[in-house]
Amino acid sequence: MRAAVVVFPGSNCDRDLAVAFEAAGAEVEMVWHKDSELPQGVDIVGIPGGFSYGDYLRCGAIAAQSPIVRSVKAHAERGGYVLGICNGFQVLTETGLLPGALLRNAGLKYICRTVGLEVQTSDSDFTAGYNAGDVINIPIAHHDGNYFADDETIARLQGEDRVAFTYTDNPNGARADIAGILSQNRRVLGMMPHPERAADAGHGGTDGVALFRALAGALTTA
Amino acid sequence: MKARVHVMLKNGVLDPQGEAVRHALGALGFEGVQSVRQGKVIELDLAEGSSEADVTAMCEKLLANTVIESYTVEMS
Repeated sequence: MRAAVVVFPGSNCDRDLAVAFEAAGAEVEMVWHKDSELPQGVDIVGIPGGFSYGDYLRCGAIAAQSPIVRSVKAHAERGGYVLGICNGFQVLTETGLLPGALLRNAGLKYICRTVGLEVQTSDSDFTAGYNAGDVINIPIAHHDGNYFADDETIARLQGEDRVAFTYTDNPNGARADIAGILSQNRRVLGMMPHPERAADAGHGGTDGVALFRALAGALTTA
Repeated sequence: MKARVHVMLKNGVLDPQGEAVRHALGALGFEGVQSVRQGKVIELDLAEGSSEADVTAMCEKLLANTVIESYTVEMS
């Protein structure tokens, strides 16, 4: 598996994400927001958490217009894999690769703690290492993680089995308790919780490891 | 020439910041504030000859996220 991790000014989970990919056996290259091309042969692009461009205008809005994200979009449209975590999820909704938007947390507070997530589907190369119904513990750290989409979009996501994870105890007001969603081709995952922060025994939890291993398994044999 | 863009969360999208402002006004003794919605104003200084259609395109592409926000454009 060859992975690229995008670095924006203000990204702060880029190295953690690279380490998690590497631990699963990936070869990782970091790409700068001003680069206009992804490295040749990249299977998956990781868009990390952080505060790209200082969250100016809206979280992820400026990043979504950056040169590298244009090629990430083209990569996804060719059927390439993309994993957007936290700010990366916000970037993916701003580009339109995933539906909906992330609003300010309903309680207005920045929340940083480990939460329970219920795996809603194992039918994706991101979630194949879990069983639907599993409850995993993954940290969240966000101020704008309140997932919003109109009723029709929520029904479509649920009907197409594209809700990857829900919160067991909704911390931020997200509609339908949604913590992460998949694209129609199931190759783009956006999620607010940080699996890369639960990927080593030293983190206090390893429930995120199965996500990176499942990806490595799928993308190494492909 | 100038343009002023008002961006507001759409009706039906919860505005927790507006709610917090409403509570704070109540705590200060201002009664009868039934709801508060908070938005943003973006002022653009434009070259002569720019049109309202240009500003609308800017809103659609960047200034507003039309999934959650509505906008109005005022040219002057």
